[in-house]
Amino acid sequence: MEKKRIIGLFSGLVLGGSTLIVVLFLGIILWDIFSKGFPSLSWNFVSSFPTNGMTQGGILPAIIGTVLLTFITTLFSVPFGVACAIYLNEYARPNTLTNVIRASIRNLAGVPSIIYGLFGLALFVQALNFGTSILSAGLTLGLLSLPYIITTTEEALKRIPNSLREAALALGVTQFETIKDVVLPKALPGILTGVILTLSRAAGETAPILFTGVAFFINGISASPNQEFMALPYHLYMLSTQHNEIEQVRPLAYATASVLILLVFLLNIIAFYVRFKNRTQD
Amino acid sequence: MDGIKLRAENLNLYFGQKQILKNINIEFPKNQVTSLIGPSGCGKSTLLRSFNRMHDLSPDARIEGKLFLDELDLYGRKNSVTDIRKRIGMVFQKPNPLPKSIYENLSYALNIHNYPKQDIPNLIEAALRESFLWDEVKDEMKKPAVKLSGGQQQRLCIARTVVLRPEVILMDEPCSALDPISTKKIEELILKLKEDFTIVIVTHNMQQAQRISNKVAFMYLGELIEYDTSDTIFKHPNNELTQRYIGGYFG
Repeated sequence: MEKKRIIGLFSGLVLGGSTLIVVLFLGIILWDIFSKGFPSLSWNFVSSFPTNGMTQGGILPAIIGTVLLTFITTLFSVPFGVACAIYLNEYARPNTLTNVIRASIRNLAGVPSIIYGLFGLALFVQALNFGTSILSAGLTLGLLSLPYIITTTEEALKRIPNSLREAALALGVTQFETIKDVVLPKALPGILTGVILTLSRAAGETAPILFTGVAFFINGISASPNQEFMALPYHLYMLSTQHNEIEQVRPLAYATASVLILLVFLLNIIAFYVRFKNRTQD
Repeated sequence: MDGIKLRAENLNLYFGQKQILKNINIEFPKNQVTSLIGPSGCGKSTLLRSFNRMHDLSPDARIEGKLFLDELDLYGRKNSVTDIRKRIGMVFQKPNPLPKSIYENLSYALNIHNYPKQDIPNLIEAALRESFLWDEVKDEMKKPAVKLSGGQQQRLCIARTVVLRPEVILMDEPCSALDPISTKKIEELILKLKEDFTIVIVTHNMQQAQRISNKVAFMYLGELIEYDTSDTIFKHPNNELTQRYIGGYFG
């Protein structure tokens, strides 16, 4: 009896301690970034262009670049990803081929992002001749996001009970209409959560855009998809390791990191809200 | 074939290698309630679901033999499965309202099948009245259907089937998830609906089969053992297996 109590106490201590350590690290990182970044954060910082060789001014073009980039990524990856997941979950017969396709998609999710960058360089920049541009970078990030979107969408579709599909089919509704009117609306919160979390990850990627279109500095804002662009993660990388006046721009780098984290937080909070709202409805 | 609405001829059904239905020949009379009884796994639900082609979705299901609605070959190549399902409705074991409002649960299929817009509200009211649900829901038609009680949901599912005016309604243990009061309401409903529809119902409840059915089919291990009037099956069954099942010796 005594022994069981000690084991219980010990395992509680180990598990709780592990959690505490993880939370502690997260807290330290956030505290470090925000405490050093906040002094430089201002409305001016997020709404103006960098000046004086980026030692002063703001990060507006990088914010806009990241937003446009994510937009292109969304346009490309969400329709294809969701369509692919619908095919795999609703139409494809469960045979070897389907399983191979599914396993390949899972494996693609584990490919390092730099490989996607090189692939994007070879395919979009060179072979398809899109040049180093926001289009090439967006498509590359889209490729990177596809496996995650397919997997999360398939999981969301799998959670819809078959009895609902049968309900519609038994009324003489076609399979396509059943998916469109019954299955997808019910799975939408789950799909949206997966999409948002995937995009928030894509928005913070540096390696895939490195060779495909991100620029050190551009004059003005990239308004056309064939132009190069600035992006928050690359701007941060550049400010923290590639700049000549590294000490002078350090506060700006921290402020940039804060903005990037806040942006990703915002997307995550939206995802949580969507999930929460769905749970209270059921 | 006068008075026969639905029939199966030499029906064999396999899931993969396993044979679930063995050479079933059965005819269901028009405007009557026929019950399918038998122990779990005997194939009664499988038989029921083959009439509205619910097995089309299972990739490993294979069907031999012929099924007919009047003279329409249900698995004929040219016959549309959506038309067949519109003519042969189905109510499932667990109430499965669509994740929509009460009103939309009924209007959805009407819209899909292009019923004239102006007729829809009246059709819906008639179907809800027929299903003894109108008085309970008439003031909250916009409420999500999942907010209804289990018994109400099942009556909504019946109304959703009735609103399309099918010729046959298949019911797969429609009361097994319901309390006795809801069950009684649904049994009354079934007895009323048989005036307009042909009803085939799978049930585990002997008393229920006795109360509502004109004819009863007893199945065992994929075979149709005995098929006769409700009176004969429950009072003087010819087959020893039937006798023992009715008597509660196995189940």
